[in-house]
Amino acid sequence: MKIVAVCGMGIGTSVLLKMNAEQVLRDLGVEGDVEAADIGVARGAAQSADIVLTSDELAGEIGEVPAKVIIIDNFVDMDEIKEKLSAAIE
Amino acid sequence: MAMNLENSLFSINLKAAAADWRDAIRLAGDGLVAAGVTTGDYTDQMIAAVEEHGPYIVIAPGIALAHARPSEAVLKGGLSWVSLKDPVNFGHAKNDPVTLVIGLAATDHTAHIEVLKALAGVLANKDLRGRLEAATTETEVRDLLKSLNTQ
Repeated sequence: MKIVAVCGMGIGTSVLLKMNAEQVLRDLGVEGDVEAADIGVARGAAQSADIVLTSDELAGEIGEVPAKVIIIDNFVDMDEIKEKLSAAIE
Repeated sequence: MAMNLENSLFSINLKAAAADWRDAIRLAGDGLVAAGVTTGDYTDQMIAAVEEHGPYIVIAPGIALAHARPSEAVLKGGLSWVSLKDPVNFGHAKNDPVTLVIGLAATDHTAHIEVLKALAGVLANKDLRGRLEAATTETEVRDLLKSLNTQ
């Protein structure tokens, strides 16, 4: 399972998403690798990823990728991330 | 070196008046500049980031994490905290309006991760967040954040 967390700059929101996604994977007992990326490198990274986590605004910028793109509204809400991520993994 | 959230907070501005989202980010940037964390260029870069990528920095209901890339405009890593007297809209579909703007400056892509982790913990804690929003003095904010370290 490869997950890419995407934000505009690669230092803020994607890092928050990465930390929370790692926590969710641990809680679910799923082996996975989560990478934080800015939008520039994300288009490339998303080609080899299973899942892309990002915001509504940036999802459109990523464009067509083979990965499943999940839109997160509240980046600090573990419940939302857990619900959306587990639905995508199943 | 692990950075502690309270020690990384270089500027606190409570119940500040902002006319719009640019103004709100500027207040967060002014706090970073006044504390010697960044130069004024960084403030412009934080505003430009929203102009380029949209209001995705509104990471949770009511909270904007203003930031730009690590650059020469960042003198050291740190945070500024601005609570707004009146909420402003950033144009975010779900998380508007914003009442708390946190300015984040990082020197690279990893040094500030511990601080972000602590910050995420604070912002996800509804009770603590409510008490932080009600705080009227810098000491109150700092004491609340310190209380988290000992929990």
